[in-house]
Order: sequence, then C-alpha cells, then structure tokens
Amino acid sequence: MTSPLFTEAEWNFQSLDRVFKAIEDIAINELQLNVYPNQVEIISTEQMLDAYSALGMPLMYHHWSFGKLFAREEGLYRAGHIGLAYEMVINSNPCISYLLEENSMTMQTIVLAHAAFGHNHFFKNNYLFQQWTNAESILEYLAFAKRYVSACEERYGHQDVEAILDSAHALMDQGVFRYRRPPRPSRARVIEKQRRREEHAEEDYSELWRTLPAGAEPPPPKRIWDIDEDDFGDAPKLPEENVLYFLEKNSPTLKSWQREILRIVRHLAQYFYPQRQTKVMNEGCATFVHHTILNMMYDRGLLTEGSILEFLASHTAVVFQPNFDDPRFSGVNPYALGFAMMQDIKRICEKPTDEDRLWFPSFAGSADWRPVLKDAWANYRDESFVEQFLSPKVMRDLRLFALADQADAPALTVSAIHNEGGYRRVRSTLARQYDVGVIDPNIQVTSANLRGDRKLYLMHRMHRGVPLHVQTKDMVLPHLERLWGYDVVIEEVAET
Amino acid sequence: MTYFIDRRLNPKGKSLANRQRFLRRARAQIREAVQKNLKDSGVADIAKDRKIRISTQGTREPRFRLDPKKAGARDFVLPGNKNYIAGDQIKKPPQGEGGRGKEASSSGEGEDDFEFTMRQDEILDIFFEDLELPNLVRTTLAEVQSQHWRRAGFSTSGAPNQINLVRTMRNSFGRRLALKRPSLADVKALEEEIVILEEELGKDNPRVLELKVTLEKINAKRKWVAYIDPLDVRFNTFVEQPEPTSQAVMFCLMDVSGSMGEREKDLAKRFFVLLHLFLKRRYKKVDIVFIRHTHDAQEVDEQTFFYSRQSGGTIVSTALEKMLEIQRERYTTSDWNIYAAQASDGYTQSGDAKRCVELLESELMPICQYYAYIEILDEREMEVFSNDEAGAELWRAYRGVAEEWKNFVTKRIAKPADIFPVFHELFKKQDA
Repeated sequence: MTSPLFTEAEWNFQSLDRVFKAIEDIAINELQLNVYPNQVEIISTEQMLDAYSALGMPLMYHHWSFGKLFAREEGLYRAGHIGLAYEMVINSNPCISYLLEENSMTMQTIVLAHAAFGHNHFFKNNYLFQQWTNAESILEYLAFAKRYVSACEERYGHQDVEAILDSAHALMDQGVFRYRRPPRPSRARVIEKQRRREEHAEEDYSELWRTLPAGAEPPPPKRIWDIDEDDFGDAPKLPEENVLYFLEKNSPTLKSWQREILRIVRHLAQYFYPQRQTKVMNEGCATFVHHTILNMMYDRGLLTEGSILEFLASHTAVVFQPNFDDPRFSGVNPYALGFAMMQDIKRICEKPTDEDRLWFPSFAGSADWRPVLKDAWANYRDESFVEQFLSPKVMRDLRLFALADQADAPALTVSAIHNEGGYRRVRSTLARQYDVGVIDPNIQVTSANLRGDRKLYLMHRMHRGVPLHVQTKDMVLPHLERLWGYDVVIEEVAET
Repeated sequence: MTYFIDRRLNPKGKSLANRQRFLRRARAQIREAVQKNLKDSGVADIAKDRKIRISTQGTREPRFRLDPKKAGARDFVLPGNKNYIAGDQIKKPPQGEGGRGKEASSSGEGEDDFEFTMRQDEILDIFFEDLELPNLVRTTLAEVQSQHWRRAGFSTSGAPNQINLVRTMRNSFGRRLALKRPSLADVKALEEEIVILEEELGKDNPRVLELKVTLEKINAKRKWVAYIDPLDVRFNTFVEQPEPTSQAVMFCLMDVSGSMGEREKDLAKRFFVLLHLFLKRRYKKVDIVFIRHTHDAQEVDEQTFFYSRQSGGTIVSTALEKMLEIQRERYTTSDWNIYAAQASDGYTQSGDAKRCVELLESELMPICQYYAYIEILDEREMEVFSNDEAGAELWRAYRGVAEEWKNFVTKRIAKPADIFPVFHELFKKQDA
C-alpha cells in the first residue's frame, strides 16, 4: 500500500505537483484520455471575480457590461449569497485552468481532475469544439481584440465604440453560423488578414506604439454592389441566419472599424456557441472523470479517508438535483443529468439488465465502457446525447415527467411520465429542450431593399407559434437599426 | 509537461476600466440612488463605502427571447415526479409569480434593481458634482489619510517576522552564561576522554564510570538550559503615530419650525456634510452637536434633528444660548477648535435679531474658528433678494456681524450648487 499524497488541508506547490502527476497517470493510462497540455494557474478571489466578469476569459476588451457583472457578482459574493466557482477552465491550447487559492488540498485535487483532465479531454475531442473553435489561437485573437477596441476608443471616443459594442452584444445570439461552417475567406482576405496579423505581431515589440492596428485604417468603403471578398457574389445571399455577419458585410452605413468590432463580437459568439450546446455533456464528462479518478486514487491509497469524505460532500452538492416543487429548483442541473447518464452508461456496459439489452443492444454488456463513453464525448452534443443515451433507469431515478403547455390553456397537461408507455416521449422531449434550434428564436434576414427606402426585413419563424417577447424585441430593434442605419422590420410568421 | 503558475501577485484591479465604464453608463441611476442613500445616512457617515441599489434602466442588455406565456405551445421535462400520471392537468400558477421571476433574472432582463457596493471616492465624486466643487478641493477631500508607524522599542510578544535577532541572541547568551550551560565542546572533550580512558583502564574502572555520570549530568543540563528559551525572544515593536492634530467640535444649528420643509432640510444637510468633511480632513477627532430650535432650543440626536417636526414660533437666539451653554460645559476653547454652521429660512421673532448679534459679537465670535450661516430660500425668493442689501431682519443683522468678523460668513442658497461658495474662504489653499 502506498502512502497518501498529502495529509494536510493546506496546499503547496509540491503537493500540487505530486497530485497532478498521480491524476495524470490515471487519466492517461487508465481512462485513456486525450488532452491538450495543461497550464495550471493559481489565482486569488478577486482575480476569480475578474475572470467571471470577463466571460471566463483571461483577456477581454473593455465594456461596461463586464463592470456590471463584476459589481453584481462581487456584491453577491461578499454578502455570502454565492460561493465562487472552485475552478475555471479555458478552451485553449495549452488548456488553462484556474485554481482558487482558498481551496483546500482536496478541493484542488478535485479541480485538477475535473478541469485539467475532464473538461480538457472534452474540449479536445468533441466534434463541435473541433469544428467550430480554434483552441490554438483564441488567446492571441483576444489580445488583438482588446487592443483593437481600446485603440478605437482612443481614436473615435468611448461613446461611439460603446454604442457599437452595445448593439453587437444585443445581437450576439444572432451572430453565429448554426448550420454551416463560417464562410471561407477569399484569397484577398487571407492576404489582408495575414498582413494585419503580422503588423499586430510587430506591435508587440515595436517601440512606437501605433495608435491603431492596421485593420482600422480605412480600406476603400465596402458598398454592397462591390463586395470584394467572402462568399457574396454581387448580391447578398438571402436568407441569412447570421444577422451580425450580414450587417458587417452589408450595412450601408457602418465604417470599417465598426465592421471589425462586429466581427470580433461575432467571433466570440461563435467561440462560445459549442459550449452552449454541450453544457450537460461537458459538465457531465468533467464530473464523471473527477469522480472516477478520485475513487481510483482512494483505492490505491493515495488519498486519506478525510479527503475522500470531503470530496464526497462537495461532489454530492454539485450533482444535487432539487425536485421541481423545491424552492431551490432552477431547472435540470446539467451536472446531475450528465453525471447520472454517464455513470449509467458505465453500468450498462458492466452489469446490463434485460431492459438495457433491449434499449441499448449496441453496447449493453460490452466489457469495456471506456470506448463507449469516449465515443459519446466525441460525437454528440446535449440534444443528440440525451436522445441516444438517456436510459429508462435514469428517467426513473430522476423521476422525469413531461408536460405540455399551451399558452391559452388554463392548465398544463402531463403528457408522459417515467413508465413503459412514456420513456420515449420523456426522452425526446428532454432532448428537444437542449436543442438550440428550438430554444433560440429562429431569426433570419430575408430581404433588404437596397435601391429604394433601404428597409431591412427580418423574419422570425415561430416554432409552434411561440412569439418573441415584446418588450425585449422593442429594445433590440433600435440596436438593429443603429447598425443598419435605416428602418428595420421584424415579421413573425408561423412555422410552415 | 505541466506548468503551475502563481498569478496571485499579478496586478490587481484588472476590471477597473470596466467598472469606470459601468459607473459612467449608469450615472443617472447611480446619482439618484446615491442622493436617496445620502438622505438616509448620517452627516458623519457620508464618506464611507456603501451599498447602492439602482434601477437597471439604462444598463439593460436586451436580447431577443421567446415568450411562451403569450402564445403557442411547448413541451418540457421536470424532475421529481411524485404522483402524476399521463393525462393529469396541473393548474398554472398565476402570472408574475414564482418561476417567472427566476426565469427573467437568469436571462439578465426583467430585473428591477441591482445592488452593488460603491467606494468612498466614487460616492464623494457624485456628491460633489452636485455641489460643483472645484477639482482641487475634491481631491484633497477624497484623499485618504496615511498612517504613520513608528518604532517603539522591543517587546516580548509579536509576530515571528519581527523577531529582533541581536536582542534575542544577547539575552540567550547572557542566560546561558549565568546558568553555566555546558557547551558542545565540553561534551565532546569529555566523550573523547572517556574513550581514551576506557582503552587504557578498561570499561569498569571507577574513574571511567565517574566520568560517564558527569557526562550524563552535563547532557541533562544542556537539555534544561535551552540554547534559546522563549524568555530570550524579543520583537521589534511599532506603534501607530497619530498626526499631531487637535480636535474640533462642530455645532449644527437649525430652525425646525414649520416653515422648514423637506427641501430646506436636505439643503441644510448637505451644508453640514460638507463642513464635516472638511473638518475631518483637518482634525483627527470631530464631534458634532446638533441643536434645533423653534421658540426654544434643544440638543438632539441626528435622527430627531433632521426628521422630527416641532411646532412653535422662531427665536434664533435660544439656539445661540444653547450652543454657548454646551460649549462652556463640554468644549473648552483650549482643547477644542470650534466651528458652527447655522441654517435657517431667515425668519425670527422681531427684536430677536438684535439679541443674536449681541450674543455673537460678545460671546461666540471670539471663540469660534469659523461661523457659517445659510439662509435657505426658494428659487423665486432668490430672485427677489438678488441684492444682498435687501432681506429680513435676521439677514440684515448678520450682515453687520459679517462685516466686522472675517471668520463669519453669510450666504443665501436655493440649490445645492450654491453651497460651496459659502466655504470658499475655508477651502482656500492654506499657506504651509
């Protein structure tokens, strides 16, 4: 029996290193995870709040909304209403994880297993992240964005930059490509980009601080009829789901620096888009990994009993799912659902019941659960994962039931519960709940009258007749009009 | 390869720029909230960090979102079923209750208020903007005083990083000498001697045994006379040195008869607050005495001073008498700098102004560092009395006093911006 890696509650760099090596050994050799190199940073409470308010990124351009977020979080934290996250992890290569200095050594162990291996593996292997985000260059890009925005502030004034950012943020949810890859830049654009990046790199060591990165020096104003790049030929392709992209390319009034700012916000939105679609899987994967690793460490005698109890207490709190009528209820807990499903996949592989064999013939009873889970982590998002893997047992354990809501009806109808007749319906209803195509309003640019009154037409296709929230719609509309420069009309039509 | 990086020592305040942008953005709401907040807090508490609750008007971040309550249909799944079966009907909770609020706040909209903490300098900035203080004064007032630490000899207790090695070792050496602690060299010599003798004379020789006993004794003694004993340890001590400033008392005098309304009291409060801020900068200790008066004067606490009403006539001189009485009782001129601030709407019983002037000239002005009088008018009256010569009895009488005493100031005010000029003399750059 080996001796425990640490016995003190306080952490230090030696024990962190020992623990990290032990976790790495289990993660790589036992779980066969495939991870980016890790970079672990120790930060203080205030820095954690900083990171919170910058959307979890180590670098971010300045905007008042981040200050608001910080003020709110700080207030809540100081009043003791919320605890801070124990960790924060960034989808980058190397993968950066933040550890809070106040954590006990056991907490640091959990966090290392959770973030530096669980999330890290998910980021590196899930198809959404692979296809849509660029872990190699995100930090570089953020540095560029930050510098660009502050250069613009200096040159064009805080207010003008703030106005553009406000408007761009309001449309952030409409700033992603959902169904296709972002368009390939044309050759001219590749060259232009390269030039800009080089000049940006030069700035890093140039003594002469250029007030403006190269992108902002006005290239000839782009008019809609002679767009020289990207995928638009002579007229914009319509309909266009990425409203920010459309405005960036086609707005008759924006200046080139404003277009660049729209592009920055759009890139950010696209970067975060996979995270929105994989909350359950991402957290489930990380939770499953830390749970498995810490138990293995305990079995090998690397953790004391005190530590394992501390771990269990915190783990249980994380995967706690209050019932719908509990005052603490605030939706399905992604940690709880993801962890329960993944544990169940493991169980189905190891000790399948007849029911499991019927439901999951492809892997029930297969000796090794690792390839099954790794396949799930790599090739699914929340919606398809639930649709494919939610087992009757998990539905029974969580006592899930489906409700149908008709806005004009006085009551909700229970449409299915966790029984033989209801499993499939509960499962696909829950899957639909994670489909961003359903939870986000489906808004597209349908036409723009470029020769006449220059009105821009947007269309909201109402999924099952659910309209946009009127007050917020009226608040977003002025932002759209600011970016377009002329009147904007939103039509709501029933889905056909 | 893994890197652990300690970022804790990185520069702080990374989001300061964001905070400034936020404060600028929410300026209007914050000002409103600060004003309201200041109204409810004491004169002496203005310049402190405090929680501010603002409405989110102006700092909303709208996004498109769906409104399934209004029309259409949806399905959703909940956990924790107890006894529902398919087909059951569940009555919807009435609008605007429970779940709805939660939903709205998580999406960052629909929240009505928003609470956060503002720092002292941020508060003062907003407060002063209304008073139109020149920047120079603002910075001197907002400045936080530094503390002076001074060496204060040595003590037997303290933090380990303050151990004074020289002192500690000197004590230790003295004690070891006095108690005749055997040195390591003594022990070594004895041990060697034993080894040699053992070889020469054999193990059981009484001389050898005797030496062994001595060795044991020596070792025991080394144990109980420690090399460094807790008794020896000395620590450097530091004490905070207060600035060599004396103390000041500030008398707030106010007419609380029916003619002083909410607006008048609010203006008066700002006037008192500004004087207090100034005094706090100059003096370590500032006492405040609140005296209210109608036809007769009382010393009261702050709450009563600003918020309770009293009916009666108006005799200003009673307040002056009260002030004199309190000063004689508690604040001797040798120990205290005396400041007075008086606010009134300018009415007093006829004939009383004369009594006031007498009191001021013979008793009060000689002992006061500074005496400021404000007469609070409404905007309309302000126009009527645009000429300083015109005015009621009290005003004319006080003008006379002001001409004679340089440290007596009178001013008519109708809005916050008028207050600062009252103290112009006071805030003038001091000759060092």
